[in-house]
Amino acid sequence: MTSGTASAELAIELRGLTKRFGHQAAVDDIDLAVPTGSVFGFLGPNGSGKTTTIRVMLGLAAATAGQIRVLGREMPRHLADVLPRVGALVEGPAFYPFLSGAANLHRLDTADRRASSTTRDARVAQALERVGLTHAAGKKVHAYSLGMKQRLGIANALLSPRELLVLDEPTNGLDPQGTREVRSLVRSLAAGGTTVFVSSHLLAEVEQMCTHAAVMSAGSLVAQGTLDELRRVGLAHVRVRTPDVDAARRVLRHLGLVPEQSVQAEGQGNEPSDPLVSAPLTDHPPKSEVIVEALVAGGVRVRGFAVEQASLEDRFVALTGEGFDIAQ
Amino acid sequence: MLLALAAIPILVAVAVRLSSSPPAPGEGPPFLDRVTQNGLFVGIAALVVSIPLFLPLTIGVVAGDTIAGEASLGTLRYLLVGPAGRVRLLVVKYVGAAAFCLAATLTVVAAGAIIGASLFPVGPVTLLSGDTIGVGESVLRSLLLAGYVTVSLLGLSAIGLFISTLTEVPVGAMAATIVLSVVAQVLDSLSQLSWLHPWLFSHYWLDFADLLRQPISWGSFGANALLQAGYIAVFGALAYGRFVTKDVLS
Repeated sequence: MTSGTASAELAIELRGLTKRFGHQAAVDDIDLAVPTGSVFGFLGPNGSGKTTTIRVMLGLAAATAGQIRVLGREMPRHLADVLPRVGALVEGPAFYPFLSGAANLHRLDTADRRASSTTRDARVAQALERVGLTHAAGKKVHAYSLGMKQRLGIANALLSPRELLVLDEPTNGLDPQGTREVRSLVRSLAAGGTTVFVSSHLLAEVEQMCTHAAVMSAGSLVAQGTLDELRRVGLAHVRVRTPDVDAARRVLRHLGLVPEQSVQAEGQGNEPSDPLVSAPLTDHPPKSEVIVEALVAGGVRVRGFAVEQASLEDRFVALTGEGFDIAQ
Repeated sequence: MLLALAAIPILVAVAVRLSSSPPAPGEGPPFLDRVTQNGLFVGIAALVVSIPLFLPLTIGVVAGDTIAGEASLGTLRYLLVGPAGRVRLLVVKYVGAAAFCLAATLTVVAAGAIIGASLFPVGPVTLLSGDTIGVGESVLRSLLLAGYVTVSLLGLSAIGLFISTLTEVPVGAMAATIVLSVVAQVLDSLSQLSWLHPWLFSHYWLDFADLLRQPISWGSFGANALLQAGYIAVFGALAYGRFVTKDVLS
């Protein structure tokens, strides 16, 4: 081990990684550090360079510039030593449609020269069981549903004990039950010490299963850290539901807050809805009870009050832009 | 595809059997005139018929599909992440294509021998040199012919493998390989290009008559093997150079 302990504790380390296709940089000078043992969410809108980063990381494509270390070893030079310890699902599952699910796993397992052929049957059966496909093991893959193919893809990543799992959009095409199963699978793998690197554009998914996350936008890495660190950057908001909008805004301003444009809250049942007044809580905000007291004293009919932490979604949208205007 | 190949000698034998007048000596493809006297010639006649188009067609399909087929299915990335190793994958794919060459020619010869034996008399075979050999020896000679044709097709397989590393569309690689085999044969038939002929991979394809003499003359076999080895080396190196550095994006 030539480098210090810092990089030994990183399952994936990218430095200045750049991948250009012609003039267009799909991945532009990113630095990424995935700690060993973490469940790392790799976020970004479609086309932001997530899959390209994964391809380069796994040696499928050559980097234009930059250094890659996976499991403490330089890639792609030590590819043959590193990849048997890595399970991967890259850009959706792919199988031979005319072979059965079990036969597909057999064939892909033979690709790994170090995978023992004597334990192959048992390992295939175990991987199929883990993703709940035992009943469909003998069925041809062209008869599989999208969700079943996705599960088979995950089973392929689990054929051998792995130190690192790279899952690109693992819940694509899965129904809500399947999504839950994948989440619990990821948690149990992480509990067993496997580092899991999950790319996704589904924020709720990342929020529910990851310990760390990074956000890509237009080929650049715009944020990374633990989930709490990422959330902390966004501001908490105080939200007041009241019919007395002007009075509420006046009181909040007196308290040193800056109310935002008020919005109409969604009505519940037949009740007419009340407007929402919200204001970001900056440094050293007044306590909630102080705000409520001031509002009531100011004659504001408070029908609802909440202090909301910034969600990862707010942060994500703030970082990557809103709507369909995805940066090219 | 092997079934389609097996149908060729059956077609030849049945057509000759059903026609009222047996082919006159020298009529039709080589060896066809001998079929009615000796069923063992069906396999050889069928091989001659298949060499210009049908065998290269099947080889083109198999060799063109090697890498491009995996790429289009997306399984290529999983094989490489396995990790299969790029060089190992190329070698395994080429060996597979070569095994298909052997299986294809053996299928034609074996199906020919079986249908020939069941429709026509079988007896000692008269060689091109005038000598006569027994049935056992003639079976050996047939296998030797199959070996010659297999070796002939190895160069084309290497070309197909290389083309297959260039694309993610298997049909394109298959078509390009087949077109090349036709172009090579067309060039080989133009006497103005005679300087080029010894370098064409298809040049010795039909020169297996030397193996039907007594004693066997190995000259064309050696020249053919050398030429095919050259094609394997060149196109194997090109495939290696292309595939080892290729970005797998499918």
